[in-house]
Amino acid sequence: MSVLAALRTQNAVKIRRGLTLPVLLLIFWEAASRSGLVDARFLPSLEDVFLTAKRELVDNNLFGELAASLFRNIAGFVIGSAIGVVFATLLALSRWADALATPSFNGFKQISLLAWIPLISIWFGFGEQAKIVFVAIAAFIPVVLNTYEGMRNVPGDLIEVGRALKFTPVQRVTRIFLPAAMPSIATGVHLGLIYSWLATVGAEYFLAVGPGIGGLIIAGRERFDMALVMVGVIILGLVGFLLNRLAAAGEAYLLRWRVTAH
Amino acid sequence: MSSFTNMASSATGAVGSNKTVGWKGLANRRGARRAAIGLILPVMLVLYWWLASSRGWLPEQILPSPAYVYTTAVEMIVSGEIAYHAGMSLRRVVYGFLFGAMAGLSLGMAMGLSRTVDDYVRPLFLAFAQIPTLGWIPLLMLIFGIGEALKIIVIAKGALVPMTLNTAAGIRSVPANYVEVGRALRFSRLQTLRLIVLPGAAHSIFTGVRYGLTHSWTALVGVELLASSEGLGYLLVWGRQMFWLDVVIVAMIVIGIVGFVMDKGFDLAESYLQRWKRGEA
Repeated sequence: MSVLAALRTQNAVKIRRGLTLPVLLLIFWEAASRSGLVDARFLPSLEDVFLTAKRELVDNNLFGELAASLFRNIAGFVIGSAIGVVFATLLALSRWADALATPSFNGFKQISLLAWIPLISIWFGFGEQAKIVFVAIAAFIPVVLNTYEGMRNVPGDLIEVGRALKFTPVQRVTRIFLPAAMPSIATGVHLGLIYSWLATVGAEYFLAVGPGIGGLIIAGRERFDMALVMVGVIILGLVGFLLNRLAAAGEAYLLRWRVTAH
Repeated sequence: MSSFTNMASSATGAVGSNKTVGWKGLANRRGARRAAIGLILPVMLVLYWWLASSRGWLPEQILPSPAYVYTTAVEMIVSGEIAYHAGMSLRRVVYGFLFGAMAGLSLGMAMGLSRTVDDYVRPLFLAFAQIPTLGWIPLLMLIFGIGEALKIIVIAKGALVPMTLNTAAGIRSVPANYVEVGRALRFSRLQTLRLIVLPGAAHSIFTGVRYGLTHSWTALVGVELLASSEGLGYLLVWGRQMFWLDVVIVAMIVIGIVGFVMDKGFDLAESYLQRWKRGEA
């Protein structure tokens, strides 16, 4: 009991310390913008930001913008990671496919993600299709890298068992390689989810047609509406945070068998 | 120099190291064959590309011929255009990365060494880190304009987050009994830091540098796409606006090569600096 109490106070100290800087920052922010120490155009008051958020939510369909961004994000992510898992499985399990395509993939992944945008916009235009292609590329790369790594590190004993049981190739993939590589694949998919959110924002910045949170931020910048930019940035952070949590939970759920195995 | 390359190859080729020397020639020949097979796909792609453009399957604005891209590349190299834009980009990355990495190293060390600092700073830091670098650009554009300061800050932020988190984690992971040894030897605080804590955390710090470098490079391309009048990212935007796809493709290739060279250079630097570790493994 006393251990619990000690833990609680320790936690309380941790929470108090953790909150100190954010609270100080908010007080300083409010004071600076109210007193006119900093130009309110650069640092709008908290009330301003809040009112802008409310205005966007009630009058301007903020949820619609968010839904558009999330749809793109999920569509690209699902397409990119599904192709990624299949592609990486092929590379990892076929010597020929590996020799044929791995060097090309290594060259392909070297190009910084955002550098694809001009090419994609010329080939696919500025619409939904271009954005989803871009998000899919972003998810594809980490999924391939991690799936490949996982499949390559499947223990030889397991493969032998499959051989002894005379598994068909399909069985070998579904019963041995996929489950054994699952931790690695989950890492790749998790990274893919983070990257695809980043790519969604990027796509909306550079292919700025149609609704979306990225477009909202760009519009705010063009109108010099700092409060709107801040609302957009906060939403970006929140969604990123939630997606990350979701991926972590999904990973834990998929890998729950590992705990009992040990 | 030769011992250095030996060390690097033994580090990367650990799997094959139990083979006898006689196998080496065969392995090399097999390696050459694999490399040749790896070239099939790119060669076919270029061939198809060349066919598609020479037969006019796709208009020149959508797919310029490989020969045209090659001519453009040569022209841009000879005229010094590539060197100019790549130089601008590299300068920005170097400055931004150095600022970000130094700040990240200091902050990470403070957080790793002191629980109190960590308790105070971490929640706020994580909240800021949650927002992708790309998200900060419009906000920072309003405050700093679109000058050089904006670019350096955005790139520095890209390096700051992984540097801080990895440095702090690395210092935390130094085994307590190492620190105990230092105490037994009556090391001063500075000695403990220099001889025990930093070497112990080095691997993790390197991971931070690697991610920091990658993030800086991505951030650079992003900020140059949004706001610049020179640099490789600008070359991309400009090429797209003019519908000069040859320029776009050349810029993409240069961006890929620079990223690749930075990555490899970093690999070499790491295996060189960590060479003392080889013996114990």
